[in-house]
Amino acid sequence: MKKLRWILIVLLVVGLLLSACQAQPAAPEEEEGPFQIAVVMPSSINDLAFSQSMYDALLRVQEEMGGEEAMTFDYSDGMFVVDDAAAAIRDYAAEGYDLVIAHGSQYGSSLQEIAPDFPETSFVWGTTVDTFGIDNIFAYEAASDEGGYVNGVIAASLTESDVLGVVGPIETGDAKLYVDGFVAGAEATNPDVQVNVNYIGSFSDVALASEAANTHVAAGADAMTGTAQMVVGAIGVAEENDAMWFGTQSSQTELAPDVVVANQIYRWEVVLNEIIDLIGEGTLGGQSFTINLENGGEVIEFNPEYDLPEDVKDLADDTIQGIIDGTISTDVSE
Amino acid sequence: MNEAMIVSLLTITIRAGVSLLYATLGEIFTERSGILNLGVEGIMMTGAATAFAVAFHSDSAWLGLGVAMLVGAMMSFTHAFLTITLRADQVVTGLALTLFGTGLASFMGQRLGPGGETMVGLQGPVFPRIPIPVLEDIPILGPSMFNQDVLAYALYLLLPLMWFYLRKTQPGLHLRAVGDNPAAADVLGVPVKLSRYLYTIFGGCLMGVAGAHLSMAYLQGWAQNITGGRGWIAIALVIFATWDPLRAAVGALLFGGINALQFRLQAAGTTIPSSFLNMMPYFFTILVLVLITWGEAVRKRLGAPAALGIPYIREEKH
Repeated sequence: MKKLRWILIVLLVVGLLLSACQAQPAAPEEEEGPFQIAVVMPSSINDLAFSQSMYDALLRVQEEMGGEEAMTFDYSDGMFVVDDAAAAIRDYAAEGYDLVIAHGSQYGSSLQEIAPDFPETSFVWGTTVDTFGIDNIFAYEAASDEGGYVNGVIAASLTESDVLGVVGPIETGDAKLYVDGFVAGAEATNPDVQVNVNYIGSFSDVALASEAANTHVAAGADAMTGTAQMVVGAIGVAEENDAMWFGTQSSQTELAPDVVVANQIYRWEVVLNEIIDLIGEGTLGGQSFTINLENGGEVIEFNPEYDLPEDVKDLADDTIQGIIDGTISTDVSE
Repeated sequence: MNEAMIVSLLTITIRAGVSLLYATLGEIFTERSGILNLGVEGIMMTGAATAFAVAFHSDSAWLGLGVAMLVGAMMSFTHAFLTITLRADQVVTGLALTLFGTGLASFMGQRLGPGGETMVGLQGPVFPRIPIPVLEDIPILGPSMFNQDVLAYALYLLLPLMWFYLRKTQPGLHLRAVGDNPAAADVLGVPVKLSRYLYTIFGGCLMGVAGAHLSMAYLQGWAQNITGGRGWIAIALVIFATWDPLRAAVGALLFGGINALQFRLQAAGTTIPSSFLNMMPYFFTILVLVLITWGEAVRKRLGAPAALGIPYIREEKH
């Protein structure tokens, strides 16, 4: 009995600790106030990748709309566990937010279950094109192959060893699109180039990402790229070995200013502004959106500190324009 | 496969194996004394976070290492107090420690940077790789084994010492007795509870070192979820290594080595699905360690400390 009591006490303590650690959604003010957005994200808002791209976009939307009087947003980040995320999504919806963003393709089935219970609330889910045919779900995705292609073109033009390394997470969704685009761009530019692709099987294992990057360097790669939030490990390796790095999702320049050449940056506000307008007109969902180079939802940002040769910069700009005009196709499909 | 490639594979293998092995050795000593500490993952992660934070603000990698060991000791002391003195369930307490540690570490990672900001992306002092003169000229082994950081070299010394201590010395014998038959050890005058406290705390120190190696040598920075389940792999390695330090080294190297190999295979453009290759390190580590213990398993029981997980109460029969 005594033992059982202790188990119970320990469980209680753990439970209390856990509930103390949960992000508490702040109660929004009632009616006629600012437009209220809540977002649930798998990694942290400063992951320099996927989650940060959404957080930064929301900050820009807020600024454009006229500050906190016009729009407020709350977030729950670090929601790797889908069950926790589902609880947070439901909680936000019940609190009466105007728009609830589920920023992660893993949250889809939870949303499918939750959205019909809150017909007055608009939900947004990404990255995907699937709205499940539910009236109050919007979907968004990124044509990440486009920026991947541009990065691939630059990398293949700059490499001296003709070996490029790619550190991918899991072979799926916009990660796979980006990687395939990068490979296509590199191969189209330099037929001698060899692109070594690794999928480490995790979105979060930073140490494993650095291990994969070390393998690329050992195999002779002098330029690398990678996608998802675990690439910070790989960027460290690139910097240590003076290998070029190409970023995606958010700007990764500050992590390694000496080796980052260019970043494809997601500007989700392109999609968010459209969705907010639609909600204002009374449409709560049923449509899907894609950010790409053409609509400005994706931009290639060059690291000003990196001394990029003029002809390569021109080639990159031509490639961007070509993709926008439709004269260049990345030849990548999901 | 040429020489340069073998050297690079070996280097990556050892570099990846160091933190894993520190954690595994810590758990071996803890479990040998009869205490199961499932808090490895949490202690490693908290160790990694505090080590980096302290090193960053004090500009001293050594101070960071010291504090990580202290934090490991404190966390495992909590475990020891709950399980030895209060006789709480070891599995539950250990899991609680992991949940607490991973949460605490994430929180510290978000707040312990300059100005209360995040630590992600910061660069702090590290344990650099230092080639050892003369030894580094040995073909293949030299550039891979003797071009590592100071924590790896410490491990080269620690590993045989630990094996010797456990197998050939009287205190080592006492430790094994405490884990196997605490009542008999007690009769012989070995302080059972004190020993368990000491080895659990010592194990926690090593787990702290494992974390510090991740954030100050292997990755050279803090990142969320930095351990990525390595604490759990360490616990599995303890079992497959049959609580033996040398076998644990084989397991840790194998795990890192096959990981490096499977990356090489993927990069070479094989048609095998990446998810299948990702599974390989786990599969082969288990397979090889099962094979090397096969003979003994048939002859005698697997070497698990007989009193593992059972609290010792004097005058009570088990």
